[in-house]
Amino acid sequence: MPRRPSLLLPFALLLSSGCAVTPPAAEESPASVAEAVPFPSTYRPLPSSPTLIRGARLLIGDGTGLERGDILMREGRIAEVGAGLEAPPGAVIIDAAGRWVTPGIIDAHSHLGVYPNPSVQAHSDGNEATAPNTAEVWAEHSVWPQDPGFAAALAGGVTSMIILPGSANLFGGRSVTLKNVPARTVQAMKFPGAPYGLKMACGENPKRVYGSKNRSPATRMGNVAGYRSAWIEAAKYLADWDQYEQREESGETKGGSAGGQRNDPPKRDLRLETLAGVLKGEIIVHNHCYRADEMAVMIDVAREFGYRIGTFHHAVESYKIADLLAEEGICSAMWADWWGFKLESLDGIRENVAMVDAAGACAIVHSDSEIGIQRLNQETAKAMAAGRRMGLDISPELAVTWITRNAALSAGVLDQVGTLETGKMADVVLWSGDPFSVYALADQVYIDGALVFDRQDPARQPVSDFALGHVSTEVRP
Amino acid sequence: MKAVIVLLLASLPVQAGLAEVTAIRGARIHTGLGSEVIENGTVLVRDGVIEAVGVDVPVPAGARLIEAEGKQVTPGLVDGYGRLGVEEVSGESTSVDATHTGLPYSAAFDLAPAVNPHSVRIQVNRSEGITAGVLAPGVRGDGKVMGPVFAGQAALLHLLPGDRAATQPGIGVVFPFGTAGAGLSGGSRAAAILRLREALADARDYRDNRRAFERGERRGYALTRLDLEALLPVLDGRIPLLVEANREADLRTIVEVAQSEGIRVVIVGGAEAWRAADLLARENVPVIVDALANLPENFDALDATLANAARLERAGVKVAFATSDRTNPRNVRQLAGNAVRHGMSHPAAVAAITTVPLAALVGAGTPLGLQPGARADLVIWDGDPLEVTTLPTEVFLSGVPVGTSSRQTLLRDRYRQLGAQPPAYRGR
Repeated sequence: MPRRPSLLLPFALLLSSGCAVTPPAAEESPASVAEAVPFPSTYRPLPSSPTLIRGARLLIGDGTGLERGDILMREGRIAEVGAGLEAPPGAVIIDAAGRWVTPGIIDAHSHLGVYPNPSVQAHSDGNEATAPNTAEVWAEHSVWPQDPGFAAALAGGVTSMIILPGSANLFGGRSVTLKNVPARTVQAMKFPGAPYGLKMACGENPKRVYGSKNRSPATRMGNVAGYRSAWIEAAKYLADWDQYEQREESGETKGGSAGGQRNDPPKRDLRLETLAGVLKGEIIVHNHCYRADEMAVMIDVAREFGYRIGTFHHAVESYKIADLLAEEGICSAMWADWWGFKLESLDGIRENVAMVDAAGACAIVHSDSEIGIQRLNQETAKAMAAGRRMGLDISPELAVTWITRNAALSAGVLDQVGTLETGKMADVVLWSGDPFSVYALADQVYIDGALVFDRQDPARQPVSDFALGHVSTEVRP
Repeated sequence: MKAVIVLLLASLPVQAGLAEVTAIRGARIHTGLGSEVIENGTVLVRDGVIEAVGVDVPVPAGARLIEAEGKQVTPGLVDGYGRLGVEEVSGESTSVDATHTGLPYSAAFDLAPAVNPHSVRIQVNRSEGITAGVLAPGVRGDGKVMGPVFAGQAALLHLLPGDRAATQPGIGVVFPFGTAGAGLSGGSRAAAILRLREALADARDYRDNRRAFERGERRGYALTRLDLEALLPVLDGRIPLLVEANREADLRTIVEVAQSEGIRVVIVGGAEAWRAADLLARENVPVIVDALANLPENFDALDATLANAARLERAGVKVAFATSDRTNPRNVRQLAGNAVRHGMSHPAAVAAITTVPLAALVGAGTPLGLQPGARADLVIWDGDPLEVTTLPTEVFLSGVPVGTSSRQTLLRDRYRQLGAQPPAYRGR
């Protein structure tokens, strides 16, 4: 039997305090079965000045807010949130009366970089649709940092996002969480210390892709058999490594051959390493799943093999099992109103997000779109309005959690971002007005306290290499 | 055939709203005509037609009175370029009639007979304010084999509930240009233009030598007789060629073709239309855009920008909106709101989702928008119609209230209280 991890991400991360001024180095990220962590984050915050935003309406991201509050950012962190804050010497002071401040928006489901624009065949890097289990691939190895979509998302206040492989496969590969900073390499965008995710997919996509190639899975039952077979293999792999490590620790085989038996390490297997990472609770499961009944099956698959599902993605029928999702502590990352583009999306309703939230489950508004990611605030506004129409009391303070705190929880980085709490990374958006109005714009976006986007200042508007010379200078956010 | 259907359209309002008078009073009224709003106004509807709009409109005795203080009224919203009633679940080909592949026909392909007025996609979008839809045919091609030069004829669908779809066919012929058109014409957009020129020349020859053609005394044509027939109203400017194109150079090319061929064109897509705004204004070419398309999606749309609609408006181009999400034309309001956010005027943005697409495609023969004589398709909103938090409180088609419920609200109500009783026993 695979062992059941005692503490599972993302909840484990909640327990650690993230007050350090310097972001934790990449070496601290969860160790995999392999010795060293490859492709470590080289992210460094951009230079920043202490900045005090004064007199704004603050949506904290934890469900609360301040009608008129101040926020002080210093050395990349949120130093203080309150009223009547003093500016330290040399601080930039912004009068934000009438404007709103939220935590940086986090998209829990993006394919920026792996399906970049221009979306031509040469850029189709999001689905390794060559086998139903490609847990060995990592989305970060497809990310093109010059995707113009990153800058467009930044103009919409998006400061972090989970970049996922596509949903052609049962196991699509590892996701990566990025900070939305312009960079030359993907390593320089990697959110320091963020846990990895594993993309899994239910339903129509895998069975269509492989069924049409006349191979398994061709049915939903084939999908489930595929998951279970893979987990059996992964559990064995993990047990082999555990046994090897126990022998090493006990010293019984030190020197190579105690009792005539060498203690050779098992052969590394990239695919099984990722799956074993899930069984150990180090890698978060992001499970693309539309239908309620399929989500319930996936919950039982997870139970059978002793792992937990972090987030169901798309989850258009979460409202049908919101009680179960609340009980299991599984997030749902949802669209505000997408439906009907394929059969498993037919029962999508506008109230999905609000009903999931009302049931006490973790609700997230995600984009899955390089267009939608630019306006997650508007998508949230639509979901909020639909909830109110059915009589639910949804404040802006609550609604903002769907694109901040809850998305950070999904990514396993809530200890660092997602709310305007002292000590967290200063990922902050200053909006021209109520972000849940179609007429609001992100005036300024800060990442780790650095002003990375300013609508009034073209010098603070990143332009990708691709856009340079291709896109007119008259085309700006 | 066409005359019969047009007659049917004209007769529907009378049948539906027989001797009915409705007054909506005290609302902020967006006429959809590009003019400023009317505060605290009244809309009077008689027999499915708008009789009066204004501030001092007396309400006749016996009228159904709707007090709408704090509410706002617009004309019914129009899906400017979509597939309502001819596509139900996009991924299920058995439920899609909007596209074709391998047909011997092109311009003759007419969607009107395929419309299913009971479509749930119609119902959902109508319950949120969509009252008419432009139906655009498409070609399913893989870009490797030659496809038809035209996708077929667009139609206009009025979404009034009923057993027979109120469809006006043949309102334009769709010409896929740019990348998509190139894919249907051997891989080059130049070939698409060559084939367009050939088709128009053939149609002209056919028109002028029909008897000789019937006797078998004309040269061979690239298109079938039915296709040539379908192009005749394009040749004489009665209906426009709907040109799907984004790149500035393509737009300038197609305007030249239109000038030399003497035809009318409407641009669909138009991501870079702002770069040719003066030309489009001068040549009176309307543009149907997705106001949210701002990324260099391909090498046709490098200069896509959220300011497109505002810049076109400033230059005097007629702008209409259509969503790229074919399941959700209801979100056309969000496009309009974002266009305002990026510089378009509010009245022009409302017009872009109500009267402009109709005027561009079916002409201004009958009054449009909220004015006397116009068909009483209108929506009462609980706030600014372009706000994402606004929802309709009532939707009227030809003066008939259709309500705001749909299969989606039925699902919501079935699952709003989870309990021991299976949801299958709740709600019908």
